[in-house]
Amino acid sequence: MHLTLEFGGGLELLLEKSTKVHKVDLQPNDGDGKVVMKGLLAWVKSNLIKERPEMFLKGDSVRPGVLVLINDCDWELCGGLDAELEEKDVVVFISTLHGG
Amino acid sequence: MDSAVDGPRQPPARAGSRLCTRCGERKAALKRPKTLEQICRECFYVVFEDEIHQTIVDNNLFKPGDRVAIGASGGKDSTVLAYVLSELNRRHKYCLDLFLLSVDEGITGYRDDSLETVKRNEIQYGLPLKIVSYKDFYGWTMDDIVKAIGLKNNCTFCGVFRRQALDRGAALLKVDKIVTGHNADDIAETVLLNILRGDIARLSRCTFITTGEDGPIPRCKPFKYTYEKEIVIYPYYAISHIMYAYFKKLDYFSTECIYSPNAYRGFAREFIKDLERMRPRAILDIIKSGENFRISTTTRMPEQGTCERCGYISSQKLCKACVLLDGLNRGLPKLGIGRTKGIAGGDGDCEQQATRSERNRSSLQGKHGNFDF
Ligand SMILES: [Zn+2]
Ligand SMILES: [Zn+2]
Ligand SMILES: [Zn+2]
Repeated sequence: MHLTLEFGGGLELLLEKSTKVHKVDLQPNDGDGKVVMKGLLAWVKSNLIKERPEMFLKGDSVRPGVLVLINDCDWELCGGLDAELEEKDVVVFISTLHGG
Repeated sequence: MDSAVDGPRQPPARAGSRLCTRCGERKAALKRPKTLEQICRECFYVVFEDEIHQTIVDNNLFKPGDRVAIGASGGKDSTVLAYVLSELNRRHKYCLDLFLLSVDEGITGYRDDSLETVKRNEIQYGLPLKIVSYKDFYGWTMDDIVKAIGLKNNCTFCGVFRRQALDRGAALLKVDKIVTGHNADDIAETVLLNILRGDIARLSRCTFITTGEDGPIPRCKPFKYTYEKEIVIYPYYAISHIMYAYFKKLDYFSTECIYSPNAYRGFAREFIKDLERMRPRAILDIIKSGENFRISTTTRMPEQGTCERCGYISSQKLCKACVLLDGLNRGLPKLGIGRTKGIAGGDGDCEQQATRSERNRSSLQGKHGNFDF
């Protein structure tokens, strides 16, 4: 599944070369072929985050204060961790935690 | 993927499958933390701006003809504030003369970049910009100060000097008021910090929408009731061309103070965000709690006078900035750093802080670039 992931608000600093936009190809690794946000977060943690994962994640969700948009829609309206992703979706993560 | 293990409890709501509760026509794009309403992008802009207008009107923040300086750090809050305020000024005919006022602390790499943002804002929105610097006012840049005193306590200098520099810059601009981008999350965080420090005098004062009315230039916070989440999303959802032009190069987030090992504030902030996730209204409720603290008559508030040396408002013979400067210039930088309750402009953010060996670790936690309360 092809997804575009964008990181902002300082989160990009946790990634390789502080790259903000990542085009990724994710393989759903169980039978039903689905990718949900929870799985995406785990994938991002093991594949993209280079340092300080605690700035991005807390428990199995994003750290409070990190805003998530799926195709420009607040992920709280899309099911949060259970939101199912589809081919070519754009997922944006923005930290609100610093920079006044 | 482990979706099979604990699959969605409710049918997965794909992006935009619900309608906006305001217009009932477009797809909802945002859940408002303040009201839990699910609204579309277009309605979001209307309510976001209308609420700020209402705050301005209800609190009589401005008079027609006022000259107003927007404390501009290049960060998200002040950049959005500059945009919204100039829009509202035009739309509702406030008749304000608006200026951008920035303080250059002299931090290589950090402030250089954020000042570039402010300079773009000047051009994009046609607001005159004034930049004042620590170097000009005090003869020291923050880089120099850190060289002299190390990383410990440098935020004491930063806080005291920035506050005063903003006032002096505002005096140069001959403005009637300073507005800052402090939002509801910031204020709730400061209420908590003041409780944690036992600073009852500041506890209720930090919730005032306007402060310093007894001083030379009052300051106000039009974003007092505005959630950070909405401020962050506002430029992201830029709908019009002019907004897009204004915000597209807004790299405000990479601007963070490299001298800001302020973990105490960081923990308070994280706590607020945890509470917000469980119950978004918590932020407004904390502000309300702060507002409802009244200082009993037995708590003596320091009397305000002026500094003998520079004339800045102060409850002591010398203002805090002059004491700190004295120390720096005499090679005794520890002078004036101790906890001194009630001194005008005393920041107190970092007194308890020890140097962090890996200061970059805190860079996402510490919030810096805000003017202090
Ligand atoms: Zn609507
Ligand atoms: Zn500082
Ligand atoms: Zn002085």
